[in-house]
Amino acid sequence: MIDLTNINILPWLVPVGPLLAFAIIILITNRSKMVPATDKHEYGGHHPDYDGMTVPVVTPLSRVLSITVGLSGIIASLAIAWTIAGAATNFNGVFGQEVFAHSVEWLATGTTALRMGVMIDPLNTLMLIMVPLAVLCIFIYSIGYMAHDPRQSRFFSLISLFASAMLTLVVADNLLLMFVGWEIMGLCSYMLIGFWFEKDSAYKAAVKAFTTTRVADVIMFLGIVYLYSLTGTLNFRDILYNPEVLEKLGSTPALLFTGMTASSLIGVFLIIGTVGKSAQFPLHVWLPDAMEGPTPVSAMIHAAAMVSAGVYAVIRMYPLFEVGAHPHEGLMNTPLMVLTIIGGFTALFAATIAVAQNDVKKVLAYSTISQLGFMIAALGVGAYVAAAFHLITHAFFKALLFMASGSVIHAMEHGEHHVHDHGHDDDDEDEDHAHGAIAHAIEAHSHDSHAHDAHDSHGHDAHGAHVDHGHEDAHTGHKFDPQDMMNMGGLSKRIPVTFITFVIGGLSLAGFPLITAGFWSKDEILAEAWTGAAKGFGPHAFVFFMLAAAAFLTAFYTARQLCLTFLGEARTEEAKHAGLGGPSNVISITMQLPLIILAFFAVVAGFVGVPSDFPVLGGIFSPSHPWFSHFVENALVEPGPHPVFNWIPLLTSFAVAGGGLFLGWWMYGRKPLKAGEPDPLVNILGPMHNVLKNKYYFDELYAIIFIKPAQAISKATGDFIDKGIIDGILHAIATAFRFTGDLIKTFNLWLIDGFGDSIGQGIGWVGSRLRFVQTGRVQNYLLMVVFFALVLGLIFIASAGTAAN
Amino acid sequence: MVPLWMYLAVAAALFCLGTYTVLSRKNAVAVLMGVELMLNAVNLNLVAFWRFQSPLNMAGQAFTAFVLVVAAAEAAVGLAIIISMYRSRRSVTVDDVDMLRW
Repeated sequence: MIDLTNINILPWLVPVGPLLAFAIIILITNRSKMVPATDKHEYGGHHPDYDGMTVPVVTPLSRVLSITVGLSGIIASLAIAWTIAGAATNFNGVFGQEVFAHSVEWLATGTTALRMGVMIDPLNTLMLIMVPLAVLCIFIYSIGYMAHDPRQSRFFSLISLFASAMLTLVVADNLLLMFVGWEIMGLCSYMLIGFWFEKDSAYKAAVKAFTTTRVADVIMFLGIVYLYSLTGTLNFRDILYNPEVLEKLGSTPALLFTGMTASSLIGVFLIIGTVGKSAQFPLHVWLPDAMEGPTPVSAMIHAAAMVSAGVYAVIRMYPLFEVGAHPHEGLMNTPLMVLTIIGGFTALFAATIAVAQNDVKKVLAYSTISQLGFMIAALGVGAYVAAAFHLITHAFFKALLFMASGSVIHAMEHGEHHVHDHGHDDDDEDEDHAHGAIAHAIEAHSHDSHAHDAHDSHGHDAHGAHVDHGHEDAHTGHKFDPQDMMNMGGLSKRIPVTFITFVIGGLSLAGFPLITAGFWSKDEILAEAWTGAAKGFGPHAFVFFMLAAAAFLTAFYTARQLCLTFLGEARTEEAKHAGLGGPSNVISITMQLPLIILAFFAVVAGFVGVPSDFPVLGGIFSPSHPWFSHFVENALVEPGPHPVFNWIPLLTSFAVAGGGLFLGWWMYGRKPLKAGEPDPLVNILGPMHNVLKNKYYFDELYAIIFIKPAQAISKATGDFIDKGIIDGILHAIATAFRFTGDLIKTFNLWLIDGFGDSIGQGIGWVGSRLRFVQTGRVQNYLLMVVFFALVLGLIFIASAGTAAN
Repeated sequence: MVPLWMYLAVAAALFCLGTYTVLSRKNAVAVLMGVELMLNAVNLNLVAFWRFQSPLNMAGQAFTAFVLVVAAAEAAVGLAIIISMYRSRRSVTVDDVDMLRW
C-alpha cells in the first residue's frame, strides 16, 4: 500500500484531482439537449451569435455536478500542493540540494529505462503555491462567467484537464513527462480557445494557436531527443546537477551545426519551444488571437498555465543553457544570447503594440507578451531568480487583470442587454440573469412572439460576417463591441469592486513603486541587468535599456486602459447601464471574489523578494536576506551573486513607472475622452498609430511569407506531384496491369477454357452417341454379354495357344 | 465307361439351349428358366471334370453344391422381382420393362 503521508510520494497526487474531475465530468454529466437558440442575449452574450441554431443545453443537474466536481478537483490539488509547499519551506537542511522525489520505471528502451517520476524542489514549490491558487480563482470566476453558457460541463472538464496538465508539468522530474504536460496543455488551449467554435474567428484562432505552438514544440522535441541520445536520461537532476554530464554536453560538438556545442544546440531547440509556448517574437502571433476563448481561459493561458510553463521550462533547464557561459562575468553563449535578444526585443516590441490597442483584452494580451519578454531577457543575462520572481508576481496580477477585464466585458454586455430590452421589457433584469439556460430558451420563445421583430431583422444575416465580439445594435445602428474601450468610460461607478481590483492589478503591472508586487520583481530584473551593464557588458546594457523603455510603455498603456475604461463619463448608452446585476447575486459574487483574492496577492507577493540592502523596506521585510531568492537559488547548482543595491536601476524603475503612469493619466485621465472624440494618440503618432494598431502587420506578413506559399505549395504539390506524378504512375501501372490482364484473359479463354470445355464436350459427344446402346431391353444386354464373352473366349484360346508355343 | 467329351458335349448343348432361351423368350419366367439351364450345364461340366481329372480333390463337388445353392437363391430373388414387376406393370414380358435406358 502506498504511504500517502510520505512527502516524497505526495507530489504524485497533485495533478490527480483535476484529472479525475475531467474524467468524471466527461463521463457522468448528461448529454446536453438541443434547444433552439432564438435570442442570443439570453445566453449572457459572451457567445457567438447562436441565433438560428440549435444549441446544446446542459441540464441543471449536470451544471451543478460539473461545477462541484471541477471545484473539488482543484481544491484537492490546492490542499496537497500547499501541504507540500509547507513541508518544503520548513525543510530541515538545504532544500534544493535535497528534494522530495519519487519515480517508477516507465518505458524500458533497450538497456536504459525511462523513469517517470515527480520531484519537488524550490522552483516548483513556488509554482505549486501559485498555480493551484490562480486556477482555483479562475474556477470560481468561471462559475459566474459561464453561468449562461450552454456548454458548461464541457468547459469545466476541459479546464480541469488543463489544470491537471499544468500541475503534471510542474511536478515532473524529467523532461519527457514535462513535455507530456506541455502538449496536453497545447491540446486544451486549442479546444478552449475554440470553445465557441460556431464563431469563425474563434476556431481560426484555435487552429492558429495550435499550429504556431506545434511548430515550436516539434523543434523542442528534437532537442529532447538529442539530449536523450547523448545522455541516456532525461531526469532533471541527473543532467542538471551532474557536472560531468554538463561538461560532456558542453564539449561535444553539435550535429550538423558546426561551431556549436551540443549543449548550445539543445539549448536553442528548447528555447524555441519556449518561444512558441510563451509567445515570444517571432511566434507571438497566436496569443492575442487566443482572446477569442472565454475570459477565464485567457486568464488560464496568460497567467496560470500555458505561457508560464514556457518560462518555467527555461528556468528549470537553466544550468544546461549556462554551460560554457558565465553571464555574471559577461561571458555569453548562444542560448543565452538568443534569450537575451528575443526577450529584450519582444518586451519592447509587444509593449508598443499594446499602446495602440482598443480592445480591453488585446491590450492585456500584448502586455503578457511583453512581460514574458522581461522574464526571458532576465534569463538571458543570468537573472533566473528575478525571472522566477517576476513569473510568480506576473501570474497573480495578470490573472487578476484578465478576470477583471472579463467582468468589465460582462458588465458591458449586461448594459447592452439593458439597452436592447429597454423598449419593451422592463422586468427586473437581475432576476432574469439568474435563471438557467433552459428557462431562458423557453422564455426566449415568448420573447420572440411579442417583441423581437427588431432582432429578427438584423440577427440572422449579420452573424456570419462578425469578426469580433461585436453585436449589431438595433437602436443606434452601429456595431457594438463590448470589449472596445472606446465604448466604455465611467465604469468606476457601475462596478466599483472590479474598478478597485483592476487598479491594483494595473498598478502592479505598471510597477507602481514600493507597494506593488510588480514593482519588486521588475526592479530586481532591472537591478540585475544594471549590475552587468555597469561592468560594461553589452547584452546586459541592451536588456536594461530595452526593459526600461518597455516598462515605461507598460505604465503608459496601463494608465491609458484604466482611464479609458473607468474614468470620465460613459461614452455609450451601454456603458451607462453596465453592471454585474447588483451586489448580491451569484454572478456578481463569483466574478468578484477571485479578484479580491488575487488583488491581495498582487500586492503582497512582492514583499517576499525585497532586497536586503534596500533602504528602509529591506530592513523590514528581509532583514538578513530576501526570502524569495534565498529559497529559490538552491534549486539550481550555482546561485549567481546578489546584485548590490544601486540607485540607478531603482530610480529608473521609479521614473519609468511614475512617468508612464503620469503621461497616461495626463493624456487620458486629466480630461477624459468624450463620446465620439478620437484617441489623442492618433494625432501624436500619426501614421505610426496605424502600424501599431495593426500589430506591425505581422499577421499579414506571415500570411504572405508562410501561409500563402504554404497554400501555393500545397496546391502545386496537389496538382503536380499528387495528381501529376503519383496519380500518373498509378494510372500507368493500372493500365499496364489491365493490358496484361487482358492478354492473360485471352489466353485463358482460348487455351485453358478451350481445353477444359473440349473435355466436357468430348465426353458429352461420346455419351450422346453411346446412349443408343442403352435400349432398356434386358435381352439386348445379354446378347452383348454373350457376344463379348465369346470374343474374350476366342482371345483366351488364341493367347493360350501362343503361350503354349 | 462314357468318355469325358460326351459329358462336355451334353453340357455344351444344354448351355446353348439355356442361352438361346434367355435371349429369345419374351416371358421373364422363361428367361429365368433359361438361366437355370445354363447353371446346370456348368454344374455338369464341374462334376465331369472332377470325376475325370482329379477325383481325390473335392473342389469340383463343393463348387457344384455352391452353384446349386446360388441358383436356388437366384431363382427366389428372380421370381420375387418378376412378381413385383407384374404387380406394378401387369405384365411379365421383358420388353415392357425398358424404362432403364436413355
